[in-house]
Amino acid sequence: MKEATTLVQEALDIQRIRKDFPILSSTVNGKPLVYFDNAATSQKPWSVIKAIEHYYTDLNSNVHRGVHTLSQKATDAFEASRKKIADFINAAHDYEVIYTRGTTESINLVAHSFGKQFVKEGDIIIISSLEHHSNIVPWQILCEEKNATLKVIPINEKGELIMEAFKEMLSEKVKLVSVNYVSNSLGTVNPVREIIEAAHQYNIPVMLDAAQAVQHIPLDVQELDVDFLAFSGHKMYGPTGIGILYGKEKWLNAMPPYQGGGEMIKTVTFEKTTYNDLPFKFEAGTPNIEASICLGTAVDYINEIGLENIQQYEHELVEYATEKLSAIDGIKFIGTADNKASVVSFNIANIHPYDVGVILDKLGIAVRTGHHCTQPLMDIFCIPGTVRASFAFYNTKEEIDVLVEGVKRAVKMLS
Amino acid sequence: MTINEIQDELIEEFSLFGDWMEKYENIIQMGKELPLIDEQYKTDDNLIKGCQSRVWLHADYKDGNIVFTADSDAIITKGLVSMVVRVLSNHTPNEIVNADLYFVDQIGLKEHLSVTRSNGLLSMIKQMKMYALALQTKENAN
Repeated sequence: MKEATTLVQEALDIQRIRKDFPILSSTVNGKPLVYFDNAATSQKPWSVIKAIEHYYTDLNSNVHRGVHTLSQKATDAFEASRKKIADFINAAHDYEVIYTRGTTESINLVAHSFGKQFVKEGDIIIISSLEHHSNIVPWQILCEEKNATLKVIPINEKGELIMEAFKEMLSEKVKLVSVNYVSNSLGTVNPVREIIEAAHQYNIPVMLDAAQAVQHIPLDVQELDVDFLAFSGHKMYGPTGIGILYGKEKWLNAMPPYQGGGEMIKTVTFEKTTYNDLPFKFEAGTPNIEASICLGTAVDYINEIGLENIQQYEHELVEYATEKLSAIDGIKFIGTADNKASVVSFNIANIHPYDVGVILDKLGIAVRTGHHCTQPLMDIFCIPGTVRASFAFYNTKEEIDVLVEGVKRAVKMLS
Repeated sequence: MTINEIQDELIEEFSLFGDWMEKYENIIQMGKELPLIDEQYKTDDNLIKGCQSRVWLHADYKDGNIVFTADSDAIITKGLVSMVVRVLSNHTPNEIVNADLYFVDQIGLKEHLSVTRSNGLLSMIKQMKMYALALQTKENAN
């Protein structure tokens, strides 16, 4: 009987899938590219690349304003894409899906608008030790403005949230919990169901930073009963400069607009402005039309492959990489949570991650090194950073073998 | 030796290496060999923060010349730092301000000077020139 890994790999036909991503057949420093920086940004399939071309050759026009045919076509494509994204995360209504520039802007939008309406002096916002800077700084700014307090869920040595501590932090004073679904630095998959359930017992809304989850784990916002969810297009095989904020209708309706300008208004007089309905209330100005439409194409592509298949195959890549890298003397994995997605983060003896990254680059292997914009987390582990290999479904076990050999070579040179 | 003569010497040294691996082995060796900075100067005040590796830089002014010492926590950065120190240290403020550091590019290590590498090397060179400029301005004022 064949191993499960081989069966999934064959079911997905990775070699055919790789042909969908033109950049994967390129060379870097004279070597075939091994791209393991997918948590930073993913590569784009031909369908998305062609959709961008199609937009500028056939559709380019401003949305929601023109009576002319081209504007109508662009608007239809823009709204059709919103619907695809709403279906992808199973939002109850398309208008709960707001186009933003990315996860960071989505979180800032909530921090600003929700914060303005619902947070006052003495209140508490909860985040976790695993957060990316973009899920720390907006809340720090809010807490400073409102004289509120930011509390941080601690983690254990494996890089998992200490849930007992979290539950003890909950009280009537807490106005929002904002945590990531998957840690970009460690790959920890947080127990988000449990977090949401616990918070809801106190009627506290929960925001999930799903930037590292939406491309790896099937998501159903209704089933999760999550209040806000943020993610970025470019990490899910779509264009840069586009992201999504999902919000429950009841919250979005109760929140004031984030920015003022065209599209978010219903009527404007110099005395008084009335705001447009959802989702337009939060979409001031001309949006990134091209990227919004092509994010829908990326969603089509993911649906075609199947997120369950992706999740299973990527899990096998993580297991394989962990096993193979374990054989290297002095390796220390940072983040050894029982439930991990798509990321292997490590250091070797006293070698600086930057040095490893430079040598791997010379061998055509793209990994991320440094603190991954999670400096407080690195401080907890008392390290300057890690070497992070993050996988997508177009990666292969053979590429992991190349990484392992590359790391061995780097260690030999740097020891 | 002038700054350019030292740079040319370094370029010649590196021309002996056939491939990138030998070049990097040499840089790593340079990084390992040099105790570049007195521990007492590895303070936060002397720290130049790159996104990834950290560089400490200390400057002394002796007999009309600036003497630089530096260090880094990453060994490749430390090797590069040792080369920059070798090129710029023990020269007058005027020479340092006007120096054109072409050797990094010519050795084939230009990528280490890019902002995206974030290794603190570019900031270190800026800091060295700033220090020299401040002294030059002070000298001209006297």
